[in-house]
Amino acid sequence: MTASHLVLATGAAATTRSITFWALAIIAVGAALGMVLARRAVHCAVLLAIVMLSLAVLYALLGAPFLAFVQVIVYTGAVLMLFLFVLMIVGVSSSDSIVETIRGQRLAAAVVGIGLLVLLSLVIGHAAIGPAVSTGPAYSTSNLQGIAQLIFTTYVWPFEITSALLITAALGAMVLAHRERLSPKPTQRVLARQRVSGGRPAPLPGPGTYARHNAVDMPALLPDGTPAELSVSPVIASRGEFNPRLPGPDEFTATDLGAAAPHAGELGAPEPGGAERGGQESGASESEASEHEGAR
Amino acid sequence: MISPAHYVALAVILFVIGGVGVLVRRNAIIIFMCVELMLNAVNLAFVAFSRMHGNLDGQVIAFFVMVVAAAEVVVGLAILTTIYRARRSASVDEANLLKY
Repeated sequence: MTASHLVLATGAAATTRSITFWALAIIAVGAALGMVLARRAVHCAVLLAIVMLSLAVLYALLGAPFLAFVQVIVYTGAVLMLFLFVLMIVGVSSSDSIVETIRGQRLAAAVVGIGLLVLLSLVIGHAAIGPAVSTGPAYSTSNLQGIAQLIFTTYVWPFEITSALLITAALGAMVLAHRERLSPKPTQRVLARQRVSGGRPAPLPGPGTYARHNAVDMPALLPDGTPAELSVSPVIASRGEFNPRLPGPDEFTATDLGAAAPHAGELGAPEPGGAERGGQESGASESEASEHEGAR
Repeated sequence: MISPAHYVALAVILFVIGGVGVLVRRNAIIIFMCVELMLNAVNLAFVAFSRMHGNLDGQVIAFFVMVVAAAEVVVGLAILTTIYRARRSASVDEANLLKY
């Protein structure tokens, strides 16, 4: 391979690197902005995962393959999954209210953010950040050995301290998340008595019974055609995300019921009375709106 | 040609976005996520500087930051679930008992 070949190869590699950097930088900044702006907490978590994954690729680009994998495994794999678990406990649908409790808080935050950006830009503009020095194998093949050597020689004392920190954190999480049971655990006998005396000895109706679909957000239909609210999980009902094609009670006639009931489980069954569907849907959205109001 | 200065500039932008998120958002979990974003930005700066100097110390420090962040998230989320159990809300405005 001649020298010109080498120059060409390094030039192509540099172009690839810069394209990757700019693409990942745009993705990361866009996802971070979306994380600050998204209202649903779950969307924030997913956008944060995008930021972390693009940062992992940037680490690999900077010659830190070990950190790239740790970033994917520890951050995206463990920390974000922990976030998602807690979101499931606290409530998936929890979203920020848009009312400002402190007047002018957003404006002040924006001013502080711009000030911080200007300050940090000035700092890194004044600092002499040199070009990357030509590096040896510590940045490619023997990266892991180099890091291990540093951790177990120079940084062995901080490394030992992190073990104490991790044990303390695990203990603290166990102590904080532990809940003392205040009442005795209900036995099977107590549960059976509650069920019989509770007025509903049978289990709750499942969603989608006799309805057009058996999706979990589709309430079951009672014999008179009205939707049974008990059949839908209260979590789904409180989000107001009923199936929009839910037929209201008034336009669901007996013939319709007879035609639809045998196909209750078939999602792809042709719907009887396709011509009336326009009218049905407008009625359905009306009834859904009223139901929505009732849920609030 | 992409130099470490580019990476540091990206880290600055991500850090500022995270900081604004901490100031603006009121759901405690989202505030936590923004703190994580700031920690990630600092990690990126560490790795870029390590690349600039050509040694691995910055990468080791970033590794330690990750360990500490994991411990912090574990304890912080446990505190959040405890607060949520007591007050049925994850909003930072609701935890105001010390105010009065």
